Amino acid sequence: MNRGRAFGRAVLALVWKDLLAELRSLEVISAMLVFALTVILVFNFALELTPRLRAELSSGVLWVSLAFSGTLGLNRSLGQEKDRGCLDGLLLAPVDRLAIFFGKALANWLFMLLSLVILLPVLSVLYDPRLLQAGVWGVALLGSLGYVVVGTLLASMAVQARTRDVLLPILLFPVLLPALVASVKASSGFLLGLPGNEISPWLMVLIVYDLIFLALALFVFDAILEE
Amino acid sequence: MRKPLGLKILDGVTLLAFAAAAALVFFYAPLEAQMGAVQKVFYFHVAAGWTGMLGFVVAAVTSALYLITRNPRWDGFSVSGVEIGLVFMLINIVSGSIWAYPTWNTWWTWDVRLTTATIMELIYLAYGLLRQGVEDLERRRRFAAVYALLGFVSVPITFVSIRLFNSIHPVVIGAGGEMPTMAFTPAMQVAFFGSLIAFSFIFVDLFWHRLLLANWAEQVDALKARFEDVEGGMN
Repeated sequence: MNRGRAFGRAVLALVWKDLLAELRSLEVISAMLVFALTVILVFNFALELTPRLRAELSSGVLWVSLAFSGTLGLNRSLGQEKDRGCLDGLLLAPVDRLAIFFGKALANWLFMLLSLVILLPVLSVLYDPRLLQAGVWGVALLGSLGYVVVGTLLASMAVQARTRDVLLPILLFPVLLPALVASVKASSGFLLGLPGNEISPWLMVLIVYDLIFLALALFVFDAILEE
Repeated sequence: MRKPLGLKILDGVTLLAFAAAAALVFFYAPLEAQMGAVQKVFYFHVAAGWTGMLGFVVAAVTSALYLITRNPRWDGFSVSGVEIGLVFMLINIVSGSIWAYPTWNTWWTWDVRLTTATIMELIYLAYGLLRQGVEDLERRRRFAAVYALLGFVSVPITFVSIRLFNSIHPVVIGAGGEMPTMAFTPAMQVAFFGSLIAFSFIFVDLFWHRLLLANWAEQVDALKARFEDVEGGMN
């Protein structure tokens, strides 16, 4: 068996392990969903939204609730590896460290997309029916990819720190901001039906963001998963 | 543990350079026609921004070197760069605000340059919190280096932000096109470069001091550890 196939199998095995664990406990997804819904409700009351305002703010609300609930998922996903000693087990396994990182990131991406599949229709009922369109889904795909790459890296560091629960959002949000802004701008562009040439710069920002942090991840993941 | 002679000389040179730059700014450069005396903030504002960014660049380069070589010395460089960068970016933001009040009629506006600079400052504050949160020394150095690299992305973004997006912030370096720019008289240019040079001296001087401090802190830690060993042995 060549190295590429072994690598792919290791990544898939990790994703499968996370999915199976999640299927049995529903710890990550349920926490993310409930929290995201709470954030959406809080926004509605805290900002005293009228129907018109709701439609204008919906992409901002979508991304903020996703970003906040995502930190819960990330902390849980990597926290349980650390707490139950699974991380050491994973590191002992005779697979490429990069496969461990990609496996975790891919699993987190799946969790995020799964919660989006439920969140987006709910938000479209509560805020703005135009949210359910291909463009918004595309932005969600790109935006959440950048989110999990940076998030998985930072969460793996945060769970190994003494101040683990407070650390992740502090580390993550400022680094995440370019992706967050681009996602909000691009999805509200789709909602407002702006012409393609006004949306594409933000999509480019998202793609470049994803690529930069994927490349950085390749360089630094070794230093995080080293014990 | 004495201050090296080179550093003492550098202290003196830095002090002189700063006094000279201040003299150029306040007495040599002419009063700007539209903004008046408040425009003089600009000389220190840009120089502080330059020093701050220099600190973050040094931190990113030395963090990468640390990850490659695992020599703790590079970690000392990296912390020093971040700390000096934080202080000077704060000076940069505050002095910008002082200039903005009479010029833009507000202390703060959510312009891209102001926003990106603030996010950059937040990232490096988070860097400090990360260091505090990790107890194991070797792990702290590794994680800090990783974060300094990830966070460095904010530095070029802040630098180019006013060139890519509509911004009311003036472009100083490589100005062009229809963006708001600054018009200089030759005397203003002399004062501008004078203060850039003076701030660069301040940067090197502070950096050297901070490295010395890191060395001494390490020696104190080593002594403490030895002392605790001796105490533990007596009990």
